[in-house]
Amino acid sequence: MSEPVKVLGERRAFDPLLKVDGIQVRYGAIQALRGVSLTVGKGEMVALIGANGAGKTSTLRAVSGMLKPSAGRITLAGQDITGLKAHQLVPRGMAHAPEGRGIFPNLTVFENLELGAYLRKDTAQVRLDMDKGFSLFPVLRERQRQLAGTLSGGEQQMLAIARALLSKPQLLLLDEPSLGLAPQVTETIFRTLREVNATGVSVLLVEQNAHLALNAAHYGYVLETGEVVMAGPGKALLDSAEIRRAYLGE
Amino acid sequence: MAAPGVTTLTDVDTGRVPPALRGLLPVLIAVPVLALAEVLLGSSPFATYLLSVVGVNIILAVSLNIVNGMTGQFSIGHAGFMAVGAYIAGVTSLELKEVALSFLPVAASDQVLFTVALLAGGTCAALCGFLVGLPSLRLRGDYLAIVTLGFGEIIRVVVQNTEAFGRALGLSGIPQYSSVAMVYFWVFLVVLVARRIAGSSHGRSLWAIREDEVAAEAMGVDTTGYKVRAFVISSFFAGIAGGLFAHFVPIINPGSFTFVKSMEVVVMVVLGGLGSSTGAIVAAIFLTLLPEGLRSLFGALGAEGSLAQKVDQIRMPVYGLLLVVLMLARPQGLFGTKELWDVLPRWLPRKKKGLS
Repeated sequence: MSEPVKVLGERRAFDPLLKVDGIQVRYGAIQALRGVSLTVGKGEMVALIGANGAGKTSTLRAVSGMLKPSAGRITLAGQDITGLKAHQLVPRGMAHAPEGRGIFPNLTVFENLELGAYLRKDTAQVRLDMDKGFSLFPVLRERQRQLAGTLSGGEQQMLAIARALLSKPQLLLLDEPSLGLAPQVTETIFRTLREVNATGVSVLLVEQNAHLALNAAHYGYVLETGEVVMAGPGKALLDSAEIRRAYLGE
Repeated sequence: MAAPGVTTLTDVDTGRVPPALRGLLPVLIAVPVLALAEVLLGSSPFATYLLSVVGVNIILAVSLNIVNGMTGQFSIGHAGFMAVGAYIAGVTSLELKEVALSFLPVAASDQVLFTVALLAGGTCAALCGFLVGLPSLRLRGDYLAIVTLGFGEIIRVVVQNTEAFGRALGLSGIPQYSSVAMVYFWVFLVVLVARRIAGSSHGRSLWAIREDEVAAEAMGVDTTGYKVRAFVISSFFAGIAGGLFAHFVPIINPGSFTFVKSMEVVVMVVLGGLGSSTGAIVAAIFLTLLPEGLRSLFGALGAEGSLAQKVDQIRMPVYGLLLVVLMLARPQGLFGTKELWDVLPRWLPRKKKGLS
């Protein structure tokens, strides 16, 4: 469409799980995405960084079926999923933890988790997975009977992640997990995300905190005004002078 | 089970009622109670009328609560669906007036025809609910309110200008098949359906939609589908309420189904607590009997005879005032999202869910 994507460094070999090919998204007359292409490999953690309004959230919402792209193709594990709705994608292994956490404030932590397993019928296995979730975030176990709205911001984010994991996703989509959280809490969350990722769950992560995201991710894409302008392994992007100037304030 | 700490009736029953009987038990209790009420009330037409009106309002409030309370959408056209049910059931009954099922005694035959008319009214209302709901429930926010408001008015105007519906004069001569037992049988049904929905995974999805639609979608809830289904069920029962109403008032005219009627039902739901079926019932009883109570109170005072006649006119300002006071003092309504048995002191110990 326009200038080619600047690719830094070599991407390690991977087996593609999610392929996004030239998707465009419009909000009325405004074009939010002008042909975004990216891939997420099996077991990979991929970060999507960029300034406000670059199209990070729109990309994520298009992938998870909350927005319908006006052009382009999305495939998950080889299957074309373009235009499918969110409720059709959850059973195919896609879980989305939306921006602003999207927990149910008037339900207890436990009930929130139950809703995460909403489409699953294997009740016994759900219990085991809940237990796993509680081991990832021990504070949630203590607070399981508490209303989710009374949790701190960090705990709510943990709940959102634990809940998303309960649908047994192959691919976890996270929108700004660090939003409004203290650096320490953010660190805990990212540490846990890497643990989750190490168990084989692929992660596509949208972040404003470029430093944090690129440090954690295997691979990163930089979005600018609805287009991918740069891509490369997390470390390579972190070392790039351009990125340091534009996103890390150096 | 979705609301915090809510124990549903079925949960309480679990373990003490054999599973095979569990679905049937409420019916086995309800039928003799209703029959007894019918016998006791046979002699008082005023009590029969009043109880029927209360019953119809309960059906309206409980069914609207499925949409406005459980799902968190905002419908303000319930009277429109009630009108559809009333007119379709009324016309059906008028058409079938001369028909009698020869193999049944007359009274039984009448009740069968009445049920047919009711179901016709309810089905048409449900169909209207589907047609109105499908486009407007795909969107989020206040669109449903605007569309249902318009729908209510459209129905009223259509009825007012249709010869078959008696225009502004209304429809009279509908056979008076209705009885307290029949009305409360439907009350019982709508409460049963509402409670069953609340306790099922369907109800859980509705709660999720109410709490946060985006998150519900992300959980894999087919939000549009569930909203439309809730709306159709709600419309069906509004139609049934209308059908019942048409069979115990001497005449139905478009004036009975105005926006004011819709607001009355909304007030009942909000007063009772959005999401609480028993709250809707209590509020419906209270708000229906309030004008009657005031009327007899003023009547008893004697001197204020003219005021007694004005009770109907001052009802809306009183409702408005009530709502303002309620929003200030208790924004979640009388019961909030809880049911009656959660608010009352508890004899049965309750188990809270969780993993150790």
